[in-house]
Order: sequence, then structure tokens, then C-alpha cells
Amino acid sequence: MSRPGPSGPLLEVDGVSVRFGALIAVNQVSLRVARGEIVAIIGPNGAGKTTLLNAISGFYHPYQGRIAFAGKDRTHLSPPDVAALGIARTFQNVALFRGMSVLDNIMTGRLLKMRGSFLLEALYWGPAKRQELEHRAFVERIIDFLEIQAIRKTQAGRLPYGLQKRVELARALAAEPTLLLLDEPMAGMNVEEKEDMCRFILDVNQEFGTTIALIEHDMGVVMDISDRVVVLDYGRKIADGRPAEVRMDRAVLDAYLGVAHE
Amino acid sequence: MLDVLQAVFVAPFKDMAGSPAFLVEVLIGGLFAGLMYSLVALGFVLIFKASGVFNFAQGVMVLFAALTLVGLLERRVPVVLALAVTTVVMVALAFAIERLVLRPLVNQEHIILFMATIGLNFFLEGFGEMLWGANVKKLDIGIPDRSFIVRGVQINELELTAAVTAAVLVTLLALFFQKTRIGRALRAVADDHEAALSIGIPLKTIWVVVWSIAGVVAIVAGLMWGAKSGVQFSLSLIALKALPVLILGGFESVPGAIVGGLIIGIGEKLGEVYWGPLVGGAIENWFAYVLALAFLLVRPQGLFGEKIIERV
Repeated sequence: MSRPGPSGPLLEVDGVSVRFGALIAVNQVSLRVARGEIVAIIGPNGAGKTTLLNAISGFYHPYQGRIAFAGKDRTHLSPPDVAALGIARTFQNVALFRGMSVLDNIMTGRLLKMRGSFLLEALYWGPAKRQELEHRAFVERIIDFLEIQAIRKTQAGRLPYGLQKRVELARALAAEPTLLLLDEPMAGMNVEEKEDMCRFILDVNQEFGTTIALIEHDMGVVMDISDRVVVLDYGRKIADGRPAEVRMDRAVLDAYLGVAHE
Repeated sequence: MLDVLQAVFVAPFKDMAGSPAFLVEVLIGGLFAGLMYSLVALGFVLIFKASGVFNFAQGVMVLFAALTLVGLLERRVPVVLALAVTTVVMVALAFAIERLVLRPLVNQEHIILFMATIGLNFFLEGFGEMLWGANVKKLDIGIPDRSFIVRGVQINELELTAAVTAAVLVTLLALFFQKTRIGRALRAVADDHEAALSIGIPLKTIWVVVWSIAGVVAIVAGLMWGAKSGVQFSLSLIALKALPVLILGGFESVPGAIVGGLIIGIGEKLGEVYWGPLVGGAIENWFAYVLALAFLLVRPQGLFGEKIIERV
């Protein structure tokens, strides 16, 4: 499934550790994500999955180790700078702009792509108008793609949870990211919504060639859609491989089933 | 009993109908005061929306802007240049506030940021007086404080200029927020800091922009009030009047700040002129607060505020 592109992995995490005071939430974790891959990061609660994702997207900074994106070191960038590199993300607890319409929410995802003078924008005139229309057209494509035409004018805060997650995905896609980080995209969804979300994730990967790293708890989903699975436990990486391999891994079974260590 | 009802509910309206020209004059006076309240309230709303900070120092920013302007004019700096320099000073102030107050306190409780703005309030007050002196100053920007008469209605030139300027500024700001990229980014930051960061909006820049805009709004407000009633410490107290305006309009609503300001401006002038004599006057001083109190009981989110729905 991986696509041809510039050689080398898209994302390299090298011996990264993140600590909060005395607690080491992520402990010397290394992983690689190749271009075009879908990688799932799994692990029991408190294993450090979200912390790792936050370190990759710049919300936390590792005290040790190195993170490189497309071959360039970016360990200490701030979240907006990470976004500018082409990494978009969603959040575990949906983080939408609740007071704004679905359309405006997705349009904010285009902010980094927009240029031009405020005055022209305010008057909605000339290049500014053309630019706004171009971005609108792109956003409409995403809206079609994720099948949310019916709610585009609705205020985001009023939507049911499953749809909010979908809008959040739409906003992330609007930035045309190279790497998409999804933090539990299916949490709290019913079976049907989960199936939809799975389909969207696979479609995004195939149609836009977007590389995806996701955190997920639903093992069925993880095994179905990911090319590779990385397992964390107590902040350490305990397994990394194809879904079928990881499923049989002794350390993983221990971590999940709590088998007594001898 | 009937006399009282008559005096409260009938006589004032008879007075209004009896002299429409005078009524229009009162309304214009109210509109002028209302626009000024709106301007100050707007400064509050902008900062509150973008950073969740209730900026107690907004009133003093008005005073500080006016003091700087007068100080420069007194030193025979031309009006246009003085305005430009004052703008630069207010923008520099925004940078300094972001760097020295907001950034170190990022992710702190709202109450802590609020306390910080109280500190800022006292600092600016002292700093302004240290630089420019504490005596009452006359602000003369070349617009004569004289009146002309249209169809029996007396219109003050200064008030008219002020009203038009305020209206233009308010329209520009509304357009800026609704239509521009930065405006959308500002609304996004107001809604969710983390999400805004994740799509590439730099919070620091946004804060500087918002405080700069609030500073410019403060210049205009200071200019208008100062030209009308002199530049003095009491200028910072009009910020208190902005509080009921915010309760009326909703803390997060730009149109709310405008409409709320106008309602209070007009309401207190009408109350003062027509109902004032019934209670011995001075309605103007408490009308806004009583109205705000009534609103808090009936519609706590304000006219335009988002309805607070608690899911259980």
C-alpha cells in the first residue's frame, strides 16, 4: 500500500522521552512511519499514546530524543509550526470551534494556505474574493467526500458526537496534510459510525495518499485498517509489526490480558 | 395612586410628543454617549473573545491613550503625527503586555489573568500620570465644539464627528471579524485554544493583534471623551459603564457590545430627562446598573450571548 516518494521514512521518532515532573509518560520510544502507511498506536490506558502524539504535534516537548519529519529535525517546534509543515491532527475529546458553523470550522483548516491583504478581504474584493472562492471549492470537496453536506450550516457545538468527530476530521483534511494524526477517531461511536469512519480513513489514505498515524482502542478496527501496529505499555514500546504478528506477540498479550510475569 | 401611575406612564410620553425636536436632541445625546460606551465595551469583548481574559485595564487604556495624545499635542506635535505616534505606543503596549503579562501566565486560571489586568490597571494609571502629569487637560483636535440647527434640532459638531467615526470604526471591525482570515482565526482562538494551535494559528500573534486593536479602539474612545469633557482620571471610570453594557449585550458578542451600548446610552438620557424629576434626578448614574441587574435575572447570557445549556 505504500507509495513511491522521496526515500526515507516520513516520520522518525528516535528514543523520545516525555516527563511530567517525576512521571515519565513516554520512555525512550522509537518508531518510523513510512510514506503512505497507516500506523496504529495501541496500548492500555495510561500507556503514553496521547502523550506521544502530543509530542509529535508539538504540544509537548521531549526532554530526550529526537523527532524528524521528512528527514528534517523538528523536535522543538511549536504546534503552529508543526501544522505549517503539513501535520494535521484531531483530538481525543473533540476540539471543534463550537460557536462556528461546520463550514467555517472546515474553512479555518485552510488558514495556513491563505494569503493576501486584510483590507481586500474585509471588502471581499479582487484577489481576496477569488482566493476565498477557491478555498471554498476545496472545502466543498471535503464536505462531499465525508458526506456532511446536510450539516454544513449547522453550528458545530450542536451536532451529535459522531458527526463532531467527522467534522474535526474534515477540518484536519482541509489543511491537505502529509501526515494525519488521529487520536481515538472512533471513541464513543456506535458500530455503524465506526464503519463509516473506517471507510473514510482508508479512502483518505488511498485517494489523497495521506500518511496516517492513529490511536485506537477497538482491536477489530486496528487489525482491519492498519498496515502496522505499534504497542506501548507504561510508556515503553513493547511491540511493532504487522497486525497479525502483533496479535500473537507474548508481551502484547501480557500487557492486555494481565498475565502474571514469572 | 392614579396620580403616580399618571406621572410615570403617561406624563413623560406627553412631554415627548409635545416637543419632538427636543426629544430628538435627547435621543442624539443618548446615541452619542451610547456609541462611546459601545467603543469601550468593544475593547473588552475583543480581548475576552480571543483570550478569555476580562481586561480590567481597558478603561485605563482609554485614559492612557488620551494622556499620550494630549501630551504630544501639548508639545506642539501636529495632530496627524500625534495620532500615529499614539497608535505606535498602543501597539508597543500590546506587545509588552503579551510578552510580560500573558505569556508567563498562559494556561493559568481566568481569575489569575484577571488579577494580572488589575495590576496592569494600576501600573498604567501611575505610568501615564508620571509621564504626562495628573492635572485635567484640554484635548483640542481641531473639531470645534459648536452646534448647528437642523429643523429646530440642535446638533453638536463634535458629537456628530465622534458618532460618525465610532460608527465607521465599528463597521470596519465587524467586517474584519466576519470576513478576513485573521478574523476567522480570532474567532477560532476564542472557541478552542488547542484546536486553533493544531491548525497552525499562532496564539501569540493573535494576542498581540487583539490587544493592539483594543488599544486603537481605546485611542478613539479616549479621543472622543477627551474632546468632550477633558482628559482626566475620571475617563478611566467610563470603563465601569461598559460593564452593564457587556451584561446587556453578552460578553462574547461584538454586535451585542454595540447594541448594548446604544440601549444604555439612550435609555439613561431618556430616563434622566423625562423620568428624572420624579425621583429628584441622577437617574443617569444608576440606570445602566439597574438595567443590567434586571437582565441578569431574566437573560443572564445577554441579548446576543450564547445560551448556556448544561448537559446533565
